[in-house]
Amino acid sequence: MSDIKQIKNLKDFSTSVERFQGGHRLCPGCSHSIIVREMLNATDDNICVSTATGCLEVCTAIYPYTSWDLSWIHIGFENAAAAISGTEAMYKALQKKGRPHSDKPTKFVAFGGDGGTYDIGFQSLSGAVERGHDFIYVCLDNEGYMNTGGQRSSSTPIGGATTTSPAGKVSYGEKRLKKDMVQIMAAHGCEFVAQVAPSKWKDLVKKTQRAYQASGPVYINAVSPCPTEWKFAPEKSMEICDLAVDSCVFPLYQIEDGHKVTVTYKPKVKKTVEEYCAAQGRFKHLFRPEFSHVIEDWQKRVDATWEYLLKREEAGI
Amino acid sequence: MANTKANQTRVVWDGNMAAAQALRQAQVDVVAAYPITPSTPIVQNYSQFVADGNANDGEFVMVESEHSAMSACVGASAGGGRVATATSSQGYALMVEVLYQASGMRLPIIMNVVNRALASPLNIHGDHSDMYLGRDAGWINLCAYSPQEVYDLNFIAFKTGEDLNVRLPVAINQDGFLTSHTAEVVEHFSDEDAFGFIGSYVGKNPMLDGENPVTYGAQTEGEWHFEHKMRQNHALVNSLDTIRANFKKYAEFSGREYHPVETYLTDDAEEIIVCMGSVFGTTQITVDQLRASGRKVGLVGIRVWRPFPKEDLAAAIKNAKSIAALDRSCPMGTTGALYNEVAAVLVENGMSKNLLNYIYGLGGRDTTTEHLSGIFSDLKACSDAGKRTKPVVQTINLRGKMLSFY
Repeated sequence: MSDIKQIKNLKDFSTSVERFQGGHRLCPGCSHSIIVREMLNATDDNICVSTATGCLEVCTAIYPYTSWDLSWIHIGFENAAAAISGTEAMYKALQKKGRPHSDKPTKFVAFGGDGGTYDIGFQSLSGAVERGHDFIYVCLDNEGYMNTGGQRSSSTPIGGATTTSPAGKVSYGEKRLKKDMVQIMAAHGCEFVAQVAPSKWKDLVKKTQRAYQASGPVYINAVSPCPTEWKFAPEKSMEICDLAVDSCVFPLYQIEDGHKVTVTYKPKVKKTVEEYCAAQGRFKHLFRPEFSHVIEDWQKRVDATWEYLLKREEAGI
Repeated sequence: MANTKANQTRVVWDGNMAAAQALRQAQVDVVAAYPITPSTPIVQNYSQFVADGNANDGEFVMVESEHSAMSACVGASAGGGRVATATSSQGYALMVEVLYQASGMRLPIIMNVVNRALASPLNIHGDHSDMYLGRDAGWINLCAYSPQEVYDLNFIAFKTGEDLNVRLPVAINQDGFLTSHTAEVVEHFSDEDAFGFIGSYVGKNPMLDGENPVTYGAQTEGEWHFEHKMRQNHALVNSLDTIRANFKKYAEFSGREYHPVETYLTDDAEEIIVCMGSVFGTTQITVDQLRASGRKVGLVGIRVWRPFPKEDLAAAIKNAKSIAALDRSCPMGTTGALYNEVAAVLVENGMSKNLLNYIYGLGGRDTTTEHLSGIFSDLKACSDAGKRTKPVVQTINLRGKMLSFY
């Protein structure tokens, strides 16, 4: 069993050895790199990472360069979970056979965007989790196919304008509700499932360290504001993160053993969905009078979900 | 029994059991697989080895699709150890994206492919459509014509693919049902001897070596992609030398000798059939029958489909007047892939011969000695006329009117 790395304050964090190096080609203000750094720096153990095709992948391993100061693999869009499940199986086999490649404990992490998680990679994620591989799957959720110019995914929220669900004269953009991956993965019976935001870095690191201690599959959904396609200024990323969690559009909570809910962050003053939307160009059209019902309905759903989570936390179920 | 280095025991195995036993004896570290007819018994047999504590502590990962099977194989092989799987047909088709990734990352994954038709229409029986689908995927492709050869070629596959001068994935093809489900006598080694031939595999650039981290599957755009692919092709072409050397080593070890191109009575043959798969055996009988009546006929079997052994084929067919290339896959808009290879070898060597293409056995359709005898008759007619007197592409045992599109 590995020791838990002590990260109590920003100084501890900033003096951690970087396992994800700068110089990558992610957009200014992209939240992906912040999430990845916070997660990988939360342990001193060896880490093997797989990454689904997407922004993170295309921007961090352009031959002959790599941002990854740990072992990393990219195969395809739909198989980050399957790939890391194979590496984890090899680790277990070589441990059993008494010929490991390293004496240090090794953790296994898969990163996918919401396209590679909610959509095309959903099957391989479900399969790898069902098989009980000891790995952490992290969805960098920016609610669309941002690497290819901002198309809708099943994570795109209703009302969001994307290049394949554009707002128009008669359309308010995306028509479907965002898929609830956290609940879906909890229903797989994962020992630990959580939603995190990079702006709440202590909460993120605590959950990540809890994930590293798990002995089976863990799913973490990370809100990852995308300045390019959510349409806000790059320096506002963490403010948008805070708006997402303070409005409870992205509630920070965790589910243990498939059922035990803990809400890990409760905003002192809840922001509104309207405030969240007003800060992003992708929702600009929702402020036209004929589409105002979209925000109103969304607010009702956010309130209901928040109540539901608090009730489950209180009931301990 | 030849005087060989290993003790061997005679058993009766079908091609699937021969493959499963070879994987067990190879002490594979990770097998990731998904069942599909007709290769299912390979993973079933292997599951039983695991259940009986007889799989050498290897991990057996029963995934949720063939795409994930090959993806897990890639992840496992990059991790740094011995990896194998098995599939057929639609499953192979689902894997194709990842087959290219496996070879591009130079990962020596060993895959038993039990060849089967591709839908539509759906058909579970043997033909070579799946093998042809993966033709350009950068894998070494070996062809076994019998359960014994399945067993033998698995060890040659591990020894070749894992060779540090090669580092490429290897497919061992066998015909669905005709080989996979036909029980025949197989001579196998003791577990110790079998493993001794290939030895253990450590893995080059293992991801699991945390002190020396590696990046697999990087992106290369215009600056580097071409160079990487041509270097990979270079490795695949040159792997023929290693394959040839391992065929020799295996002959010393087992008494059974393989060649990139197998020949049967070709030296003085005027008419030659070139084929792959279990039809080789049927054609051998046909050749014997025709030789008994004085006909100068011969047979060539492609053992190594990729890298294609051009020089070996040229040498095998150089004395013939007329040649038939047999393709067990629908050519879909052109001539069969094996025909094209033979035609290229003729042109490259300045050889002018009558060359015919026969499409046979699609979806498991029978091909008999009578059919093959008919092909030799066509070839003889061409030889006698001194020119091709038959259509380039013909079909064997196709019902109704001959569907001539040439």
